[in-house]
Amino acid sequence: MCQDPTRRALILTALATGACLASARPSIAEEDLPGSSERPQKGDVLVFAEGDRAGEVIKPQDLQAGGPPVRAWPKDPKTSVVRKGSRLNEILVVKLEPAELDEETRSRAAGGVVAYSAICVHTGCPITAWVKAAGGDKDVFKCVCHNSEYDPRQSAQVVFGPAPRRLPALPLATDDGSLTVAAAFIGKVGAQQAR
Amino acid sequence: MALKQWLLSGLLASTCLVSVAAAGPIENYSPVTTERLKNPEPGNWMHYRRTYDGQGYSTLDQINTSNVKNLVPVWTFSTGVVEGHQAPPIINNGVMFVSTPEGQVIALNAKTGDEYWRYKRQLPEDLFQLHPTNRGVGLWEDKLYLATTDDHLVALDAKTGKVVWDTKVQDYKKGQYLTLMPLVVDGKVIVGGSGGEFGIRGYIVAYDANTGKELWRTFTIPGPGEPGHDTWSGDDWKTGGAPAWMTGTYDVDTRTVYWGTGNAAPWPGETHPGDNLYSTSVLALDPDSGKMKSYFQYHQNDSWDWDEVDAPMLIDLQRDGRTIKSLVHPGRNAIFWVLERKPEGIKYVAGWPFVYTNVWKSIDPNGKPIADPAHKPGIGKRVEFCPSLWGGKDWPSAAYSQKTGLVYVPANENFCGGFTGEKVPLVAGKLWLGTKPEDIGLTPRPGATHFGELQAWDPATGKKVWSHNFPKSQLFGSVTATAGDLIFVGGTNDRMFRAFHAKTGELLWEQKTNSGIVGMPIAYEVDGTQYIAVQSGWGVDAQRIQDALVGKVPGLENNVPQGGVVWVFAVKK
Repeated sequence: MCQDPTRRALILTALATGACLASARPSIAEEDLPGSSERPQKGDVLVFAEGDRAGEVIKPQDLQAGGPPVRAWPKDPKTSVVRKGSRLNEILVVKLEPAELDEETRSRAAGGVVAYSAICVHTGCPITAWVKAAGGDKDVFKCVCHNSEYDPRQSAQVVFGPAPRRLPALPLATDDGSLTVAAAFIGKVGAQQAR
Repeated sequence: MALKQWLLSGLLASTCLVSVAAAGPIENYSPVTTERLKNPEPGNWMHYRRTYDGQGYSTLDQINTSNVKNLVPVWTFSTGVVEGHQAPPIINNGVMFVSTPEGQVIALNAKTGDEYWRYKRQLPEDLFQLHPTNRGVGLWEDKLYLATTDDHLVALDAKTGKVVWDTKVQDYKKGQYLTLMPLVVDGKVIVGGSGGEFGIRGYIVAYDANTGKELWRTFTIPGPGEPGHDTWSGDDWKTGGAPAWMTGTYDVDTRTVYWGTGNAAPWPGETHPGDNLYSTSVLALDPDSGKMKSYFQYHQNDSWDWDEVDAPMLIDLQRDGRTIKSLVHPGRNAIFWVLERKPEGIKYVAGWPFVYTNVWKSIDPNGKPIADPAHKPGIGKRVEFCPSLWGGKDWPSAAYSQKTGLVYVPANENFCGGFTGEKVPLVAGKLWLGTKPEDIGLTPRPGATHFGELQAWDPATGKKVWSHNFPKSQLFGSVTATAGDLIFVGGTNDRMFRAFHAKTGELLWEQKTNSGIVGMPIAYEVDGTQYIAVQSGWGVDAQRIQDALVGKVPGLENNVPQGGVVWVFAVKK
């Protein structure tokens, strides 16, 4: 079934079964699938990006209150395409106490769950750490490349390091118990070059 | 004036301003020949360290110990870029080429600071820039060469800044990137790859300067059937690191290129058993073929992230009653190495610690350091070691004065560190350190009275002649020596640029700059006037060290704004 399929047949087969991609020839990487590099769109669900449950849809109860954040990809529920074709689509999802969130952040949260771009806006490194802030006792996002820190309770504003601006926020909602994207990223994802 | 007239006048004025600001193209450009590269004029700085031997020494002496107190800025130029500005301004007969992070090159009138042209690399928006920097441009004939963080080598027309050719070296999405200044030898442009933190196999590669065609590529980790392959286990050689991301030095007489290599990957040695040739080594290569002539490995089975990528200086030393054609390398591993370039290969002469270390118990007669297992990181255990993973001296270069016979080292003393090793699966394009990045520690040694230390060593005797200590700062910037008996260096978190007396270590002059200096100072001359130039622009590892010290060093100065500026100084008459 997976031998020498046409591109269309391969994609349809993969979409239907989720299988054959790894061994298919000619191989079609997941990042080549239509829509996989598009930024998250309203209605997308979020799926785990790594770990034992990679690919599964994330629900609020999957998250531990107070963090650490979960790394996620957006997924188009209509085509089942996971938008992992661009590293700029990687997302941090964290559940926090709603009372800790400022008004703007709360307006984009689903309950206490907030989501942000996982790409540091300083030089494009991934944000990988959830650590005590250099200037406080709360846990914050940290880009260990150059030590920029962002507070997810305050629209991910920069609280330490060289980053020039906040992380783009991804407004969330819940639909049928799953986390969904309520609107596109607020702000440009990734680093910006000098003019 | 009517509004319409006023607007028109404004537009015309703007047009004039643009044409004045960008005065290019450069006229009467001096083509760079092999002979000029072998014997650069005293007033020029056309190599990474001015000369092929890597000494970082200028024979200019108009600015000297008697008048350096009158050194003043004569022009500055904002690059418009943040992050670490590490490149030396490159000078060719009155033209200055400055490269910056994000792959910019700016051509300036070296006397006035007027801009001729600017090249802006359009970097991919998904680029992961772990080391957002650039260390300079190489010159050949009427072209210059820029290595970029999206892993391209680009040739520009030196007169106009137009792209002549653009060659993809490897794939940035797999963690391959370039930060070094290309080394040009006889019409070949030689570069080495960064990316040791991403599970790459290091290499050094040469391109035809005129066409960009690849001429040879030598991997720094030998493949199956090649000598040294048996120093790796299983498939470790495919992802074992050993990057080569600093410019090499070149022995013109023997036509040998010397290149430093980085650590094995990932960090804990347990994950890559064996000596791991040719990581943490100096390689001697034939520039025509890339064939390896010889090597010396500074330490085996690296577990400390101690890259040894800063290429050794080539110095003729008088030692034990004879002239030694030496290779001198103050190592990240805390050992000051003196090696010899012998016809049969590189031989160990002497080695001694130049900062405190608890890792090495001894050095055997062949130059192999013996590690204390108690201070060698492993899987599942946190190990502390001195110096820290930034080493006794990281990539910033030392300098050698032909007048004093001393080597000047930008050292870091009393910094220790540690991490817990762990086995981590390799994912292409993602960091692969063998530890959690947030677990990396930097700890002042108990009782430490200072950290950064500018040191002057006699490489012939192993004697430290003087040192200048910095109580509240690391020293993270390259050193330049001049025939005026001056040593120039930035590198501290107080934004200062300093000049020291080469013989005594006396601080003779200092100037506060816009940011911190991690750039390389240079000396040059135009129309009979000597200048000193350096880029100020804090970032990358100097910033990382700074951030790691917050809360650990009382009174630490932590206000080091970013933003690059070229500073040019001359003696006030």
